[in-house]
Parts: sequence; C-alpha cells; structure tokens
Amino acid sequence: MKAAVVVFPGSNCDRDVQVALTRSMGAASDTKAPSNGAPIMVWHKDADFDKVDLIVLPGGFSYGDYLRCGAMAAHSPAMREVVRRAKAGVPVLGICNGFQMLTETGLLPGALLRNARLKFVCRDVHIRVETSQTLFTSRYQAGAALRVPIAHHDGNYTAGADQLERMEARGQIAFRYCEADGAVTEAANPNGATRNVAGVYNEAKTVLGMMPHPERLADPALGGIDGRPLFDGLVEALS
Amino acid sequence: MSETARPNLERSGEVTPEIVAEHGLSEDEYGQVIEILGREPNLLELGIFSVMWSEHCSYKSSKVWLKTLPTKAPHVIHGPGENAGVIDIGEGLAAIFKMESHNHPSFIEPYQGAATGVGGILRDVFTMGARPVANLNSLRFGDPDHPKTRHLVSGVVAGVGGYGNCVGVPTVGGEVDFDPGYNGNILVNAMTVGIAPKDRIFTSEASGIGKPIVYVGSKTGRDGIHGATMASAEFDDESAEKRPTVQVGDPFTEKLLIEACLELMATDAIVAIQDLGAAGLTCSSFEMASKGGLGVELDLETVPCREDGMTPYEMMLSESQERMLMVIEPAKEGLARAVFEKWDLDFAVIGRLTDSGRMVLKLNGAVVGDLPIDPLAEASPEYQRPWTPAPRPDDLAPENVPAPEDTGRALLGLIGSPDLCSRRWVWEQYDHMVMADTVGRPGGDAALVRIHDSERALAMTADCTPRYCQADPEAGGAQAVAEAWRNLTAVGAQPLAVTDNLNFGNPERPEIMGQLVGCIQGIGAACEALGTPVVSGNVSLYNETNGKGIPPTPVIGAVGLIDDIARTTDTAFKAAGEAIVLIGETRGHLGASIYLRDALGRREGAAPPVDLAAEKRNGDLVRGLIRDRRVSACHDLADGGLAVALAEMALAGDLGATIENPASAPENGAETPLHAWLFGEDQARYLITTAEPARLLDAARTAGVPAAQIGVTGGASLTLPGGAPISLGELRAAHEGWLPRYMGD
Repeated sequence: MKAAVVVFPGSNCDRDVQVALTRSMGAASDTKAPSNGAPIMVWHKDADFDKVDLIVLPGGFSYGDYLRCGAMAAHSPAMREVVRRAKAGVPVLGICNGFQMLTETGLLPGALLRNARLKFVCRDVHIRVETSQTLFTSRYQAGAALRVPIAHHDGNYTAGADQLERMEARGQIAFRYCEADGAVTEAANPNGATRNVAGVYNEAKTVLGMMPHPERLADPALGGIDGRPLFDGLVEALS
Repeated sequence: MSETARPNLERSGEVTPEIVAEHGLSEDEYGQVIEILGREPNLLELGIFSVMWSEHCSYKSSKVWLKTLPTKAPHVIHGPGENAGVIDIGEGLAAIFKMESHNHPSFIEPYQGAATGVGGILRDVFTMGARPVANLNSLRFGDPDHPKTRHLVSGVVAGVGGYGNCVGVPTVGGEVDFDPGYNGNILVNAMTVGIAPKDRIFTSEASGIGKPIVYVGSKTGRDGIHGATMASAEFDDESAEKRPTVQVGDPFTEKLLIEACLELMATDAIVAIQDLGAAGLTCSSFEMASKGGLGVELDLETVPCREDGMTPYEMMLSESQERMLMVIEPAKEGLARAVFEKWDLDFAVIGRLTDSGRMVLKLNGAVVGDLPIDPLAEASPEYQRPWTPAPRPDDLAPENVPAPEDTGRALLGLIGSPDLCSRRWVWEQYDHMVMADTVGRPGGDAALVRIHDSERALAMTADCTPRYCQADPEAGGAQAVAEAWRNLTAVGAQPLAVTDNLNFGNPERPEIMGQLVGCIQGIGAACEALGTPVVSGNVSLYNETNGKGIPPTPVIGAVGLIDDIARTTDTAFKAAGEAIVLIGETRGHLGASIYLRDALGRREGAAPPVDLAAEKRNGDLVRGLIRDRRVSACHDLADGGLAVALAEMALAGDLGATIENPASAPENGAETPLHAWLFGEDQARYLITTAEPARLLDAARTAGVPAAQIGVTGGASLTLPGGAPISLGELRAAHEGWLPRYMGD
C-alpha cells in the first residue's frame, strides 16, 4: 500500500499518523525513509503528488483555524487535488481537523460545531463500530466498543434531520460515542454530537471522517491498541 | 508579506524628570545613564535603559543570591545564562528546558497572558535548537470565594490550552492551587521541555563583523510596550488600566516559526539566534552583541511593522509575540529566506554586526539612538538588598491538633477540597497526547514523555508548597526540590536537573527579601545534596498588590531520565491482595499541613523538616525497586499525607484497600497519634504496592530505610483505622466533583 499524509502548516498529528500507518505496514519505524514503505508527506501547496492508494488528512490546526476549522484548508492546492481523487474513488481518511476539512469540502455531509460545553476536551472515549463492512473497519466486529482519545474544540457533529435519516439508511454512520459496554447514551457523548455521531462515511464508504484519534492508541506503550486494527485493516485491504 | 509599514519620523520628545520616573528608573540609576552616555538620553535611549535595567531583565535584586546555586555537573551542557538549560541525556541527545512566569499579564488579561506565557517559553527552548516535546505549568489562584478567581481560572486554563493545543506540543503536567494570598496576584508559570541533537545546540552569541541581522516571524505592533517594566512593579487598584501592555498571542504563527527555525537549523546558515521576548528587539539585539563582544547597527525603517506611524521607541520596546532575531551566514541568506517564505513568515535583514561595541539605531540613515553596549550591561544594577530572616514558628506537637471524629469523613473533606481535588477539569482542556509519545499522562506523580523512536523517556514535574515556604523559607525551598525529586523517583526516573521559577513580593521590603534569600538557600542545599543542578530559571518579583505580597512561591521544574519505559510504574493499585508498604519515617508532622489549614482553619507551626540524606537514601531504594520491577505501584507522599496518597492510589486503580491501625504494629509509628499518622506531612516518604512484601522489607532493612507494611489492597472501598469504610464511588464523587462544580460545568 502506498499512502500520503497531507501536511498543512498547522498540522500537528501528521507524524503521529505516519508512525501508526508505518507500524501497521510492518515497515521499520524509520519515518525519515519513505522508500521502505512509510507514507509520503505531501505539502499543502503541492497539488501534484504521486499516485497513492490512501490519502490521510491529519489532525491539527491546518491554517490556525481562526476562521471555521478546516475552512481555509478546504481551498488549498493539495485539497483541491484530494477532492478530485476522492471523487475518482481513492480512499481518504480524515482525523479530527481532517474530518473538519472533509465536511468543509463537501466530501462528507454535515458540519462540526463547537463542543456543547464550549471547551477543548482531550480524553479517552469509547466509540461503537457501526459496521465492519468497510475498508476502514474490516478488522473490527460491528457493535464493538473501542477506546480511543479525542482532542478537539469543534467536534459537535450536526446534519439536517432528513440528511441524517438518509445517512442512517445507507449505513454512513461509522462510529458513535458510547459507554465501555457499547451502550449509546447521552452521558457518553463528549461534545453534544447529534445522535452521538463520532465518524461518518461518504455514500461509497471510501471516505471516512472521524473526530477520535485512532493513531494515538495504536501502541501498547501509549496505553492501548484499539486504534491499531483500523490501520491494519487499511493496509490489508489496499495492499 | 514583505511590504513594511511607514514609520513615524518625528523626533522623540524631551526627557523630563516625570518621564524618567515613569520609566521606573531611580535618581541614582538615571545619574548612571548620564555618566555612561556622557549626555542626557533621548526618549528612545531612556526607554532602552529602562527595560534593560528593569528587575525583569536585569535580575538586580536576586543576582547576588542566584550566583550561590549549584549549576554544574558532568551532564550539564549549558547552565543559567542561556535561553534555557541544556543537559546531556545520552545517545547523542540533549534535553533543553526552562520555566518562566507570566504572572502580571495573566492577572490583567488571563487568556492572552497565559497563552503568551506558553508561547514565550516555547521560543526560549526551540531557539536553542530543540523540538519542544512537552509543556508543564504551575498555576496559583486566589481564594475560590474571591469574585475574580473563577474568571481567572477559566481564562488562564483556556489560554494555556489554546496556545499549546494549536502549536501541537502536549501539555502533560503541572500544578494548580488556591490560596487567598494570591487574590491580587495570580501566578502563571509555564515550562517547556525540548530535545535536540547534542552537537547542534544554538546560542545567542553573535560573531562575524558585517554579518546580517535578520528578523523573522510576526510583524511588530504596539502591543506589550513596557511589559517588562510592568512586571517589575507592584499592582494597585488601577492595574486593569495596564491591559494595553499585555501582548496577544498567535499560536499558529508560533507553530510556523518552530518548523521554519528547526528546518533552517538543520543547515549551517545560522550563526546566532535569539527570540524576542521581554523588552523585544532591545533586549535580544543587545544580548547577541553583548555576548559576542560586538556592536550592532539597526535600520529601523526595515523592521516589519503591523501599522503605520510607529516610532523607533515603539519598535524597540514592543513585545509583540512570535518574533526571532538571527545572525545569518551572508552566503546562506537566500537559503534562509526561502525557508521562511515556504512557511509564509516575514524575513527581513534589519541590520548588521559591527565592531563598534555600540548599539546604533538609525531611521532612514539618521541616527536616532546610540548607546554603548558593555557599559550598559556591566553597569546593570546589582543590589545587595537588606533582608531579615523570617522568624521560624515553633513546632506544633500532634497532641495539640484535634483529631477528627471519623478519619474517613476527614479524608473525604480533604480529597474534595480545592487544593486536593482532581485537576481533571484542567488537564482535559490541554491536548496531553499530541505527538503520540505521552507514556505517562497527567494525574500521576510525574509525566512521562517517550524520546521519539526509542524505548527511553523523560520524566517531568513542577512543584512547590508555599505553606512551607511561608513558615520557613529555607525548609520550604529545600522541600520544593525534594518533592520534585521524589515525584521523578516515584515513576522510576533518575532526576537530572531542575529549573526554578522564583515568585515573590516586593524585594525592597527586607522581610520579602528574607523569604527570597531563605528559599534560594534551601533550593541550593537540596540541589547540591540530591545531585540536580539548577540549569535555568526565572525570577518574578513585585507580585504584590496594595502592599500585600504573595506567599513565597519558588516553583521547581524537574527533569529525569527513564532508561527503559518497560521499567516504570504509576500510582494506580494494580491487583487485589497486594501488600501496601510505607517507605520512610512517619512522625506525624502537622505543622503547616493541609489538614491543619483546611480541616481546622489554622495556619501555624513549623514546616516539616527536610532530611536530605534520608530523601536520597529512601528515594534511591525506591527507584531501584521500580527498575527491578519489584513494585506494582508507587506514589510519593505530599499534601494531606498518607491518607490522601492512599485515596489517590485507590481511585487511580479503581481498587480499594484496608489499612491496619499502626498501634498494632509498633514499627509503623505506634507513638504517633492516629490522625497525625494519617494526615501528617513528613517528608521523604513513598507508598508502594508489592506482591512480595518480605523480600522488599528485607531490601529496605539492608539499605537502612524505614519501611513497614500498613495494609492490603482489595475491595471497592477504602478502610482507614479510626473510620468507617468509604466506598470508592463516594471518594470519587468528592474528588472529581469540586472543580467542575466550582467552574459551573
């Protein structure tokens, strides 16, 4: 599998996701030598990057996010190319700020509002896997509760009621915030997201946006590995 | 990005005695200015003298005492005097760290004050070539019931998070305390730890006559003018009017600056580099030239300005954030420019190094300021201020402190109090996991950040107990170092060095100066005995409002090394049926304790004595046991003593414990009254859990360290002698409840 991580000037999880992908690829963890299979890092001004099997939009603050999060990133040269390739079927994973960019570009439906409690929140949460029938979740059981961290100020997912119904019907909800036992409750919702939505797919299930950071719990030394099967599954499916 | 705003060309006005006084210079100091220049200064020059000689920049009250601190060790690469301290951590790497205060601005404007405090300390660290890997902070607020406290907590925490989260450096640890003594002056001390290749450390020492001086980063605005002078004066009721002297932070630009500087540092283009912090362009250009024994000439019309009509005075004294000054190899100017343009940052050659030994400031070719560098730096005042030692209160015998009716209820009260409740509400607003190397998260004794791509880690903590410093500055200073050292030890780290942030009131008052002197003496003795030199630091004086000073608060930030992340531990009870062992001697010291203050409303008694030899002996044993994997959990004993530490361990592991009455085991301190045994704050102590207590007690006996099994883990409640069992649910509700409730969440 060949993957690209798009680096915006304010990205700050670009290396983290590169490390997680590299680990799942079984390559040496030398992220400085892409020749061994590690994902390539694509600068935001670069619209002309190699053909890849997967594009990752990492977490961070793209251009400072003083406007709406991800709003400016959606108009960068690299993003215009990402949109073009996504529409041609290239899988795209957007994490946190990357999810915000995906909704801003319209590749994913809905929007991410300020957290209901108006504060940045960084903590481990549980999310329920809604379906295992996608590129991204093939290594999980549907209904499984994963422990993964969130770290955001604007993760309150919202979409129109009709739109949500259509998304539910098409199986576009990827993850929902839940209790450790998988129960989807109001108390388990860390940011006020509509219907506890933590991640969504496009109609073709080739684009996934999610607020939680699977790359942050994909290494036992960091306290958990529930995020790792997502990367393992991608590597398996796209290699 | 390259167009420059038009400067104000009017000549600066006349200097009157009122203007001199407004600049905070004494009559004597102004006399010296005239002597050095051989004439009266103009307003620009006066402004420069004023900031360079401010307490904040010159350390004039503390310098003579700071010189007494131990600063050397074989692993120290750069001690105090650089932007940050640098220590060797092996395998070709260096750790670079420092703590710095942003107290005055944070009280005036909490969000921006705290945010720019984080920005400033980050720059001090990456200026030296390090990638910042962790932030910590030490925050002190007034009485929770004071009308301003909630607003200040909310703003400071949001500011720390807003900046650190955006630059993408995890905020992994620190402390938050409340005391009415900070009602008029809160403390915001921020610490950054970075890692650099040992052979690529950058300093501000300029060399090479004629080489260009380059300005990079944000444009210069009118914000923060005379911030350093504000930080060197007391507050009064009109202090809110000083809001315009608080700077505004832009963490996104800081992130760009970090990446651009580190990218350029990988080449050999940079001769010297210095961030623009307090006193802005004045202090940094001065420092570069002074360290290199050179002169500097600046063309002020080339300084990138945010607005039209700025005067040279404003340009030289602005404390606009996210700016750096570099001396560049002339042949590499194109390369350097390209790097900064890639990151969309301003890059301007604003002057050159000269051999004149003078700072010459020009505007469109006309000289607007001309000062000699060495005489100004050398004549920088250094005061031997009069001081009186603080009177040492009498010891308070445990018998003279009433016992609670029920020890469990007393514990519930303490664990849910403002100073001992969970800080989760705070650290969940900080991204503490970005960079994916946080292997020990906030809430424990010390945070652990893995050295990227390795199995090693840095441990870090920030500590101070102002109650002790108030009762006995020397013991309190030593205790701050000892507690930081213990916190590192409790995760299995070898403590390496410390940074100190000395926060005090007005040093012109002998009793305040006495606190400063006492604390420095205590810090020095402890650093010497525990082998952790002071490699960097910051002094914040005049933390005083309407003549009332803050409690003496010398915060210690400490860094240690873990050789193998598989050989560490944390505070959480791991398994039922394990022995709980108390390490260290328990005498039941209740003077200046949290129990005395919060349960009984009394502030009296001597601080707990600090026996540095016992600290070292006990800590070395504990560290060895952790490294040999013979300990399943470890926690240092501090505020609230044994009972509070037990509760924290039980909550972290979600597992209860039953503690025996020490009267049934004389070696545990049977002569000590039970409440003093449970809540006393004797130093040099740890709690550990183990599946093999006999072996462990043997090892302690051999090492000459007091140790005794005091109980067993298990169940869903904590049972203390002299009290009914408390369920973990009740304990957790008390511990987690206070801060969110107070903040209205």
